Amino acid sequence: MLLRHTPKKITERKALTVNPAKTCQPIGAMYASLGIHGCLPHSHGSQGCYAYHRSTLTRHYREPVMAATSSFTEGASVFGGQANLLQAINNIFTIYEPDVIAVHTTCLSETIGDDIPQIFAKAEADGKIPKGKYVLHANTPSYVGTHVTGFANMTKAMVDYFAMPNEHKENRLNIIPGWVEPSDMKEIKRIAGELGVRIILFPDTENVLNGPQTGKFTMYPKGGVTIDELKKTGSSRGTIGLGRLASGPAALALDTKCKVPCEILDLPIGIKATDRFVDALRKMAGVNVPDSINIERGQLLDIITDMQAYFYHKKVGLVGDPDQIESLTEFLVSIDMLPIHIVTGTKDSNFTKKIESLTQDLPCKVNVKSGGDMMLFHQWVKNDPVDLLIGNTYVKYISRDEDIPFIRFGFPILDRIGHSYFPTVGYKGGMRLLVKILDALMDRQDRDSPEIEFELVM
Amino acid sequence: MESIHEETTNVEVIPGNWKAIDPHEVKNEIILKYPPKVARNRSGHIVINKKVDDENYAEIQANARTIPGIISQRGCCYAGCKGVVMGPTRDIINLTHGPIGCGFYSWLTRRNQTDPSTSPDGHNFMTYCFSTDMEDKEIIFGGEKKLKAAIQEAYDIFKPKMIAIFSTCPVGLIGDDVHSVAREMKEKLGINIFGFSCEGYKGVSQSAGHHIANNGLLIHVIGLDNTVREGDYKVNLLGEYNIGGDVFLLEKLFEKCGITLVSTFSGNATVDRFANAHTADLNLIMCHRSINYVADMMEKKYGMPWIKVNFLGAQATSNSLRKIAQYYGDKKLIDRIEDVIAEEMPAVEKAQAEIRPRLEGKLAMMFVGGSRAHHYQELFKEIGMITIAAGYEFAHRDDYEGRHVLPKIKVDADSRNIEELDVQKDPEKYNPRISERELEARERHGVMLKHYEGMMPNMEEGAYVIDDISQHETEKLIEIYKPAIFCAGIKEKYMVQKHGIPLKQLHNYDSGGPYAVYQGAVNFYYEIDRMVNSKVWEHIKAPWEKSPELAAMYAYE
Repeated sequence: MLLRHTPKKITERKALTVNPAKTCQPIGAMYASLGIHGCLPHSHGSQGCYAYHRSTLTRHYREPVMAATSSFTEGASVFGGQANLLQAINNIFTIYEPDVIAVHTTCLSETIGDDIPQIFAKAEADGKIPKGKYVLHANTPSYVGTHVTGFANMTKAMVDYFAMPNEHKENRLNIIPGWVEPSDMKEIKRIAGELGVRIILFPDTENVLNGPQTGKFTMYPKGGVTIDELKKTGSSRGTIGLGRLASGPAALALDTKCKVPCEILDLPIGIKATDRFVDALRKMAGVNVPDSINIERGQLLDIITDMQAYFYHKKVGLVGDPDQIESLTEFLVSIDMLPIHIVTGTKDSNFTKKIESLTQDLPCKVNVKSGGDMMLFHQWVKNDPVDLLIGNTYVKYISRDEDIPFIRFGFPILDRIGHSYFPTVGYKGGMRLLVKILDALMDRQDRDSPEIEFELVM
Repeated sequence: MESIHEETTNVEVIPGNWKAIDPHEVKNEIILKYPPKVARNRSGHIVINKKVDDENYAEIQANARTIPGIISQRGCCYAGCKGVVMGPTRDIINLTHGPIGCGFYSWLTRRNQTDPSTSPDGHNFMTYCFSTDMEDKEIIFGGEKKLKAAIQEAYDIFKPKMIAIFSTCPVGLIGDDVHSVAREMKEKLGINIFGFSCEGYKGVSQSAGHHIANNGLLIHVIGLDNTVREGDYKVNLLGEYNIGGDVFLLEKLFEKCGITLVSTFSGNATVDRFANAHTADLNLIMCHRSINYVADMMEKKYGMPWIKVNFLGAQATSNSLRKIAQYYGDKKLIDRIEDVIAEEMPAVEKAQAEIRPRLEGKLAMMFVGGSRAHHYQELFKEIGMITIAAGYEFAHRDDYEGRHVLPKIKVDADSRNIEELDVQKDPEKYNPRISERELEARERHGVMLKHYEGMMPNMEEGAYVIDDISQHETEKLIEIYKPAIFCAGIKEKYMVQKHGIPLKQLHNYDSGGPYAVYQGAVNFYYEIDRMVNSKVWEHIKAPWEKSPELAAMYAYE
C-alpha cells in the first residue's frame, strides 16, 4: 500500500494539509503568460519558484517551457527586489529578445512588498524597455488562492495592460478559455470557426505547448495571442469567459474597462455546458448553428445512448479544479452516473453550492468539499467506495491502493503522454471523455469477470 | 564578427575534428550576446579545460549568484534541503512550512525509490505531501501557531518517529521561529522534531540547502543510537539518493563483497540507520557536493575518515571497490573484491562490445547537478563517446578543480549566510578509526583520504567546462556541435529535443535506471544506444522537405 498510513477514520484537521489538491498562484500565471505570442514569463522571486513551475509545466505538457527569474538572494530579500527586476528586464530583452515580458510575483516578493508598476516605471525611464516591446505584471502571492487564481490574475492583467476602449465595436467576440489544454483552446477556436464567429482567444497556448517536432527549436513558437489582438479585445462586441474562476475576472475587467459586455459560462465540458457555449456564441454573434455542429452534438448523444447501460448509477469520485469539476459533475449526472465524492483544493463557497444543486436529485449522499485535500478525498473513498476515480496523476496512488479504475483529467498529468493534443471540451471532447471512462470501466470488467461470464461482445 | 555557427554549418562536426573549432572563438561568440557586465561575469564561468601546472587546472567561477534574467537550470535552497537530501528518507514526516506550492512541487517528483518492507514498522511517508499551507492571515499574524497545530495533527494521525520542518521563503521574512516550535513540540510529543531554515532565497542554489540539511542531520540525528552492527568492514554510503533504484544494486554489490552498509545518505534510508551511522568505520562519498559537509563533520566529531568513490561506470566501480579494499588492506577483502569484479565484468564487456561500434566517437555534453556531470562521463567513455562540454548546476570550485583549491576559495556574503558548524570531538563517541599519522597525512595504505580531484582532470584539454550554464549558452553549443546526446534535466529536455537531439535526464534518469555499478552500466549503455540511434530522429524531415522540386502534371487551380 502506497498510502498505507491514511486512516479510514476521518478526523478534522485545522492546520495540516496532506496531499494537496491544488498548488500556488505563480504557476497559473506562468501558464497564462505562455499563451501570449512572443512572451517570456518572468518569476519575481527566488530561483526555486520558476524552477518548480517550469518543471511541473514541462512534465505535464512535455514541451519547452521558457521563463526567467529575478534570482532573489538573501540580500534582495532584505533590500527589496527592484535592482534584480531592473537587471532582469535589461538582460531578458538583450539576450532572449521576447516581444513581451509577463512578470508575476511570488510569496517572497509579495511579503517584501515590491511595487512592480513602480519598478516598470523606473525601467521605462531608464530606457530598459525597447521601443515596441512590452511588460505586464500580475500580483500572484502564493499564500492567496491557488494556481487557478494565478491563471485568472495574469489573464486579467492582459486586459488591464492592453485592452483599449473603443466606442466603435467590431463584429467579433473575445473568448477566454480558462485553464484548459492547448488542444482545448484549439477546439474552442474550431467551434467558433464552424459557427462563422470571428474571435480573439486569450490566452492561447495552442502551438505553444503542443508544438510540432521540426528539428528546430524556437524560443517563441508560432502560437499565442498577439499584443495587437489583446489591444483589440476592447473593441469586440462581447466576451465569453469560460470558467467562473479562471476567466471571470478578465471578462468582467473588459466590461468595466472597455464596455464589452460579457457572459461567464461554465467550461464547455459535457453536452449541457457545450450546448450553453454554442448557444451563447450563436446569440451574441447573431449566427445560426451549422449542420456540422449539430452532427457533432448528435454523435455525442448517440454514443451516450450506446454507452448508457454501462454508466447507469456507477459511482464516481472526482477531484480537481472548480471550473473543470463543476462541468464534469454536470456531465456525469447527465449520463446517469453518480458523482459522490467531489473535492477541490480551491476555497470557493459557490463551488459547494453549485455541486449541491447539480447533485440534489441523486439517490445517494454526496460529499463535497472546497478547500479540501486528497487525503480527505481518499478517506471518503475508503468509507464509501466508488466504481471510478477521476483526477490528476496523484490520484493513481489512491486508485492502486483501493483497486479502483481511474482516468486522468486535470492538472498535472505527469505520467501519461498525449493529453495536450486531444480536447476534452466541446462535443468532440465529450466523446473522448466518455470513451476514456467506458474503456476504464470495461477493462476492469474484462479483468474481473469470471471465465463463465467473460464476453466477446459487450 | 562572423557567426561561428554560420561558418561551421558546412563543417560536419565528426569524431576527431571537434577540436578543429577554436573553443575560445566559440566562447567569444557566446558572450558577445550578453550586456558587458553579464559577459564579464559569465566569462569566468566558461572555461576551456587546460592544465596550468602539475597540480592546477584553469580556474572557474562557481557557486556564485545567477544573474537575474538569465535562464539558468538552478533551483533553490529548499529544493536542495527538502528535495535532495532529506526527501529520500521514508520514515520521516517532512513537513513544509509555507504556502502550498513548495510542498506540492517537491511531492514525489524525484524518482527516489524506497523499500519499506525492510523496516519493521513499515513506515513510508514519501508518497505523502505534508504542508502547513500558509495563507495571508499567517503571513500577517505569524505562522507558528498553525505550525504547532500541524505537528500535533501529523503526530495524532500518523505517529511518526520523527518530524522535520522545512522553512520556505516567507517564513524567514515574517520571522517564524521554527526551531523553538520544534523544541517545544519535541518536548511535548517525545519524538524527534527539528527544523531547517532552508528558505528558498538562501545561498545561490540548491547547494545551500544541502549544507543546511547536512548540519541538521549531524546535530539532530547522527549519533543517537550506539548499536554497533555485525560486520568486518562497515561503511556509510553518502550522497547516493536511489534514483531509479541505484541503491538497491549497490546494496547487493556490497553484500556480495562482504561489506556492511550501515547507512546510506539518503537513498532507501531510514532515520534509525542515520542514527547509528557514526558506528561505521569509513564514509564513502558519491555526490561530493551535496554531502561532503557531513563527512567532514563526522571525521571531526567521531574520528571517521572518508574517501571519494564513484559507482557510475563499470571501471569506476571496480576502482572504487579496490580503493575500499586497499583502505582496509585486508587480504580477505581484497581477494573477495577481485572475485566479484571477475564475476561481474564479462557481462559488462559483452555489452560494451555490442554497443561501442554504434556509438564510438560520438559527442556528448552534460550539464547537471554537483557530481553527476563528472561521474557520467565514465559511462560515456566506456562506450567510446567523448564528453566535449560539461558543467555543474550548483557545484563549487573544488568539484571542478579538486579539493586542493579549497583554501583558495573566497567565501562571499551568500555563502557566509549558511551556518558553518563548529564541530568538536565528541567526548564519548570520538573514536579514531585509523592512526593520527594517517589522518594527518590524509593517506592510508596509499589511498588518499578526504581527497577529490574534481571533474577537470578527467576531461580532455580544450573541452568546455561551464558552470551554471544558461539557456543561451546551451543553445549555442548545440547549434555549433550538434552533439549526439545532451544530458541535463527536465527543464532543458524538450528544448534540446526540439533541435532533433536526444536529451538524457541525469537528475531523474527520465523513466530509466538503475545505472549504478555493473548491471546499471549495462542498462545505461543500452539506454544511450536506444536514444542516439532511435529511428524517430530519421523522420524529422518529411519527404517533400527533403526534395521539394515538383514533378506533377497538374495542380488544383
